[in-house]
Amino acid sequence: MIRERYSRQTLFAPIGKDGQKKLAEKHVVIVGAGALGSANSEMLARAGIGKITIIDRDYVEWSNLSRQQLFTEEDAELSRTKAKAAAERLQAINSAITVLGIVEEFGPETAEHLVEQADFVVDGTDNFNTRFIINDACAKAGIPWVYGGCLTSYGIVLPIVPGETPCLQCLIDQLPQEGRTCDTVGVIAPAVQITAAYQTAECLKYLTGYELSQEMLNFDVWQRNHVSVNISSMIDPHCLSCSSKATYPYLMKQQGIQTAVLCGRNTVQVRPAQTGNLSIASLVKQLKPFSESMKDNGELLIFTIENTRFVVFKDGRTLIHGVKDVKQAKKLYQRYIGA
Amino acid sequence: MDIQVNGKILKFDNKAMTIADLLDAYDIQEKIAAVERNKEIVKKTDYEQTILADGDAIEIVHFVGGG
Repeated sequence: MIRERYSRQTLFAPIGKDGQKKLAEKHVVIVGAGALGSANSEMLARAGIGKITIIDRDYVEWSNLSRQQLFTEEDAELSRTKAKAAAERLQAINSAITVLGIVEEFGPETAEHLVEQADFVVDGTDNFNTRFIINDACAKAGIPWVYGGCLTSYGIVLPIVPGETPCLQCLIDQLPQEGRTCDTVGVIAPAVQITAAYQTAECLKYLTGYELSQEMLNFDVWQRNHVSVNISSMIDPHCLSCSSKATYPYLMKQQGIQTAVLCGRNTVQVRPAQTGNLSIASLVKQLKPFSESMKDNGELLIFTIENTRFVVFKDGRTLIHGVKDVKQAKKLYQRYIGA
Repeated sequence: MDIQVNGKILKFDNKAMTIADLLDAYDIQEKIAAVERNKEIVKKTDYEQTILADGDAIEIVHFVGGG
């Protein structure tokens, strides 16, 4: 029975039937459809959040399947975009809600517009740079969000409420080096699940009218440690992102072709100055003389030239695998994809 | 000297150990950490000067970028 769907959740006194009604009216934006994005979005879809938007720049690979719970072997085989595959799966889990999957990078161009429409933002990213963009966009729009990070068997969760709690910029005054990442030292699914569980719990609390935790929680699921520290005194009155002097440094738009190194993956992302101008069909024609194997799955085009694997999205954004150097990646992009 | 770090009691020989040294020993970048000493947050600018005392209870939390 459809009306029984939320019965166990509404029996939980802090949510109740009133809380359930509130959830149905809310919009949550999830940034990233990797491990944390998958786990959070599945719980939120099952919980009956009225609208879920999930944005991701990547496509499904075999190495994702150990923990990115929304994806199947078929998604990896077809190299489907994570945002589309995730949205389809979430809609199949709960047809009564609205799900939107966006195949794009969450960058200065997209962040503000998306965050403004949200009641709450969930961090499902895998890098500090994107989190600082979330932080600035949420600070500017006054929308709360929850940081989640995990690595090896370790996880961290921190809710951030602009104007009330320290923001990411208050706590980390400059972009840290990535150092160790999931692609270099690994991560296990239990660490992902605990991180996501605390994130989703904070999201449900906020959406049903409860105060969020002021503590930064760390745990190690392998060592069985939990540490939680109240960081409310670390708010920075001169913060560039959340004080009255805010300049939102991570929302500044760059000019021209943009590149980003996907850390630990030996991959550079190249983004044209203007997205949305590319015809995959004409690119296929143009590249036929250079590449023997080309795969077009309707969402993206994959081909190999000069021992380098290119993945071209419909909007022209391209991942170039096997390259570390940004200049070389730009050169390859201009040679084969165009300016 | 005995110091409790994240709930576990550890022995250190170094008598002039600072918060910065402790983070170093754990291989944690200072800028991504928050440290509580005897229930009080330690300012990041004080990590180098704060010398640990026998019996201190330290809680360290830190960010990671994965996900």
